[in-house]
Amino acid sequence: MTRRIALAVAWRSIHNFLTNPAFLLPGILFPLFFFTAFAGGLSAISGAPGFDFEGGYTAFQFVFVLLQSAAFGGVFTGFGIARDFEVGFARRYLLAATDRRGIVLGYALAAFVRALITWTILTVVALVAGMEIGGSAGEIVALYVLAVLVNLSATLWSAGVAMRVRSIQGGPLMQFPTFLVLFLAPVYVPLSLLSGWIHAVASVNPVTALLEAGRGFISGDPTVVALAFAVAIALPLAFGLWARGGLRRAEAAG
Amino acid sequence: MSGGLRTQVGQLARRSVLRTMRQPAQIVPSLIFPLFLLAVNSGGLKSATNLPGFPTDSYLTFALAVPFMQGALFSVMNTGTDLARDIETGFLNRLALTPLRGAALLSGLLAGAVVLGVVQAGVYLSVGLIAGAELAAGFGGALVIVALSVSITVAFGTIGLFVALRSGSGEAVQGLFPVFFVFLFLSAMSLPLDLLETDWFHAIASANPVTYLLEAFRSLLIEGWNIGDLALGFGIAAVILAIGMFGASRALKTRLVRT
Repeated sequence: MTRRIALAVAWRSIHNFLTNPAFLLPGILFPLFFFTAFAGGLSAISGAPGFDFEGGYTAFQFVFVLLQSAAFGGVFTGFGIARDFEVGFARRYLLAATDRRGIVLGYALAAFVRALITWTILTVVALVAGMEIGGSAGEIVALYVLAVLVNLSATLWSAGVAMRVRSIQGGPLMQFPTFLVLFLAPVYVPLSLLSGWIHAVASVNPVTALLEAGRGFISGDPTVVALAFAVAIALPLAFGLWARGGLRRAEAAG
Repeated sequence: MSGGLRTQVGQLARRSVLRTMRQPAQIVPSLIFPLFLLAVNSGGLKSATNLPGFPTDSYLTFALAVPFMQGALFSVMNTGTDLARDIETGFLNRLALTPLRGAALLSGLLAGAVVLGVVQAGVYLSVGLIAGAELAAGFGGALVIVALSVSITVAFGTIGLFVALRSGSGEAVQGLFPVFFVFLFLSAMSLPLDLLETDWFHAIASANPVTYLLEAFRSLLIEGWNIGDLALGFGIAAVILAIGMFGASRALKTRLVRT
């Protein structure tokens, strides 16, 4: 039964964003835009002393944009959940679903499909732009698995916020912390080239492990793999509890 | 300016300024967001100063030009959204029944952008200098930075007015934000023009007026007094202002005819 609920919720969400360019395009265009601006405009940074990434700056930035699009795919789905609550549709879900966990699962499935579309386009654009891939097939699969787990984490985080606030006004609460945690990681240069406060923050930021592992996979030089997967698995577990709490709050609010 | 026109502009300017100052939601993001990006980028891209040909050893000084441009982008949103709200609520229709002149309406609406421009420039510059940025042109340069910031903020504000008058929708004005963000990111925002290695990116950034607005700020921060860069910066602001005002005036006439 949970599976049927999830599929029904996912189908409606997917249909909504596929048929409305205002919902579909930002999720696709923003990552492409960031990729273009960073990989194109900052390529000279790879010539800075100490920049020792083997795979080229395009691949270096591709990993960041891939994980960023994964996270924002989840955040945009959170906007959809908030909108469903605002217009009252989510209340109908709550009334109709026998197992309400299926609702959250359905939204997560929709977020995954949304991210998959973006990743496909992003990957094609990166390859056309001459991105070098030094990693094996298995390592590239591992990179995308990390992205899937980031997408799931962001969806559960945003779902938790959306079901607590139950209004699109909660959008900044979903978006800003995600933006913050992503940009307080080694976005432009490896961690070793950061200094001062940003190095201190990035060193304890869990996103750093995800980025370093992802960049290791794409260049064929895996690094901090265990830590990255530990983080990538812990995050959805923690945010799963957060989303479950949000669901209970929404149920209590009727 | 005749006494009547002065009164009209004054009344609308007062309303515009008060409306801007009473909405922290308009002011706070336009201060916080650019400063956050300044902090992140100046930390994250510090190693760029080791590149041969980078004009300063302080990335913070180099990056301090960017918040002024981001602040101007917020001006598009704020000015346009305010006018769109006037259209949506019917306030513009009521104004159309008065003998108010179009020039007074547009000039008055930009008063809020002037105030916002001054506040933004003051905050960005103060925070930047406190954080350790250099200002090669000294106190006089600080005044010119504020003047340039206000000029750009007002010039961009006219684009917000134009879109609001053409569309009559706050949502359409908000939709401009990503477009302007593209202009900002596809410029010499993160590295000097000479250090942009990718050919197509270099070509786009060279043709992007935002690059030269950034260079005008940077000339004061890094070099001192470079009259050529400053003239180009103020000149581009004047051209944007002229085009924006022309477009907004035409759109206002069309909208008032519709009314």
